[in-house]
Amino acid sequence: MTLVFVEIEGPDAPSGSGGVQLTSAEAVTFARTNTAILDGGSAADSSPLEVAVIGALTDEARDRLAHLGVDRIHHIDSPDVHAYSAAAWAQALVDVAPTHGTVMASGTPRGMELMAHVAARLGARMAANVVAVDEDGFLRQVLGGAAFERLKLTGALQVLTVAGHACDPEDTAPTEPEILTHSPEASADDLRTRVVRTEVEEADDTSGLTQAKVVVGAGRGVGSADGFAEVLELADHLGGALGVSRVVTSLGWRPHAEQVGQTGSRISPDVYIACGISGAIQHWAGVQGAKSIIAINTDEEATMVQRADYAIIGDLHEVVAAINEEITRRRR
Amino acid sequence: MDILVCIKRVPDISGQITLDASGRDIDHGALGHTISAHEECAVELAVQLAGATDGEVTILTLGTDDAVEQLRASLAVGADDAVLIETEDPGAYGPEDIAFAIAEAVRTRANDSRSCDLVLVGNDAADTGDFQVGVRLAYELDRPVLTGITLLRLAEEAAEVDAASEGGPTSVEAYGIGPAGTEVFRLPLPAVVAVQEGGVEPRYPSIPGRMKAKKAPLDEVDAPEPVHGNPRNALELPPEQSSTVTVLGEGPEAAGALVDVLDELGVLR
Ligand SMILES: Cc1cc2nc3c(=O)[nH]c(=O)nc-3n(C[C@H](O)[C@H](O)[C@H](O)COP(=O)(O)OP(=O)(O)OC[C@H]3O[C@@H](n4cnc5c(N)ncnc54)[C@H](O)[C@@H]3O)c2cc1C
Repeated sequence: MTLVFVEIEGPDAPSGSGGVQLTSAEAVTFARTNTAILDGGSAADSSPLEVAVIGALTDEARDRLAHLGVDRIHHIDSPDVHAYSAAAWAQALVDVAPTHGTVMASGTPRGMELMAHVAARLGARMAANVVAVDEDGFLRQVLGGAAFERLKLTGALQVLTVAGHACDPEDTAPTEPEILTHSPEASADDLRTRVVRTEVEEADDTSGLTQAKVVVGAGRGVGSADGFAEVLELADHLGGALGVSRVVTSLGWRPHAEQVGQTGSRISPDVYIACGISGAIQHWAGVQGAKSIIAINTDEEATMVQRADYAIIGDLHEVVAAINEEITRRRR
Repeated sequence: MDILVCIKRVPDISGQITLDASGRDIDHGALGHTISAHEECAVELAVQLAGATDGEVTILTLGTDDAVEQLRASLAVGADDAVLIETEDPGAYGPEDIAFAIAEAVRTRANDSRSCDLVLVGNDAADTGDFQVGVRLAYELDRPVLTGITLLRLAEEAAEVDAASEGGPTSVEAYGIGPAGTEVFRLPLPAVVAVQEGGVEPRYPSIPGRMKAKKAPLDEVDAPEPVHGNPRNALELPPEQSSTVTVLGEGPEAAGALVDVLDELGVLR
């Protein structure tokens, strides 16, 4: 059997509240389309696809999970799991985990942390950032996306996280998921690592970035902390978010929460517009999930330009200002 | 507060990479080596926290003799001593084996009255990206663990409680970026924390720092034999993609063509 941990969007998510996170929808699709292998060669097609949701389960989320082909939803909710504690949440997942097959999540910070706990608690092996699976084992991203590792996990139960955008969420004939509710009580030890408070500052919120349909990227080419007016205006015109390279955060031009890449957010917009970004492998690791990439760069040899779908060669300030003007003109 | 920071020597990949003859690793020949940005931040956090509490910072790695280069580099930014868990073949170790080897070293040192209140690791290694060594280590040591932590602070409230207790702080405040904002934890010690870059700026080594690092004590111990092993069968490089870019033009004159593209892609609201 396969159990997928599903993350629900917070109330501030751009697409409204309470939906299934995009990356979780991808993980569910990955599980559904690979059940036979993930279940460990058991009676393939009849094996049910189960998910676990911790916290509120909205109608919207239940409906989405039905369209993703889920057979059973473990709805886990109790005072002990209201605030996030990886240990307590992981134990709740362990309590509903199969003895054979796969426990998995998408490769988000929560997904990674919980799966590591689940693997440690169950004595199972774990593979992070899996992109594909076949009879010979898994393929997963390593070296920040610069290479792939082929590996085989031993044991009756395996734990994995699916790399963001390893597949697209795919709707199927809607199911009527059975809902099992659980109200776990956590041990005192497992509550030691509970979130005691959440400080919400706009600058910390990465959900806008990871869920945005359009991301305008800005790199060293912007030139200084004062150079972001045009790119911010463009993001605003397109209802998108600003994402930046590590050089930009290291220089203190923008907050780290806006960083995209191996050590920042991984994004999957419909369009990524990279302005003054060279396209280093560690940056690419975070943006390769974009459906279309547009590069604006003075250097036509830059990796970002070479790997983009469309490019404009030129100074980003001049080019982006002209784009903003053109958008405003067409909207008049 | 005494802190152990676990680092890993990894290839510094900025350009083209190729595979070695075994097909299980990249060719390290022409590459320089470094530690990941997460670990640089972990070292910095450790140096700050230990400095504020009269504690010591120990740097630890599992690797070949070559990793002494990375241990010394971390000593140069303010750590006090280092441990090399030496093996000829670090590639034979799986995440469980690495966690066990580190746990053994922590226990051995504790028996030698050199226990540590905090063990810091990088959130994920820059090469293998396993995202689990810190958590497995915590279970080995039976300690609480947090991952994705960007900042560690002595809590004011905690400091008052701690002032009453003798052996230094009994908890720290940890900060990490969660889905709805910065999440704050009150972590009882001893504990394990996997550090993510973004909360502190790693310092550059000073000249006296480098001098001190050369003479700092470095303990070498043999790594235990790997039991679980590394599940890797092979590495693959992504297929070389030939560029299919459509250059829309040069300079501001190309803006119109780009707005047409945005319209086609359906993002011009
Ligand atoms: C372990 C590790 C993790 C890392 N993680 C990340 C990460 O998460 N995210 C990340 O982004 N990086 C990461 N990096 C850093 C990465 O290697 C690059 O250094 C970084 O992405 C480069 O940022 P950049 O493209 O803004 O700057 P540069 O590489 O300096 O590129 C600037 C680009 O701007 C162009 N340009 C200059 N002026 C103009 C102008 N006026 N108009 C238009 N174009 C102009 C230049 O032609 C150039 O292409 C990581 C590195 C390591 C080692």
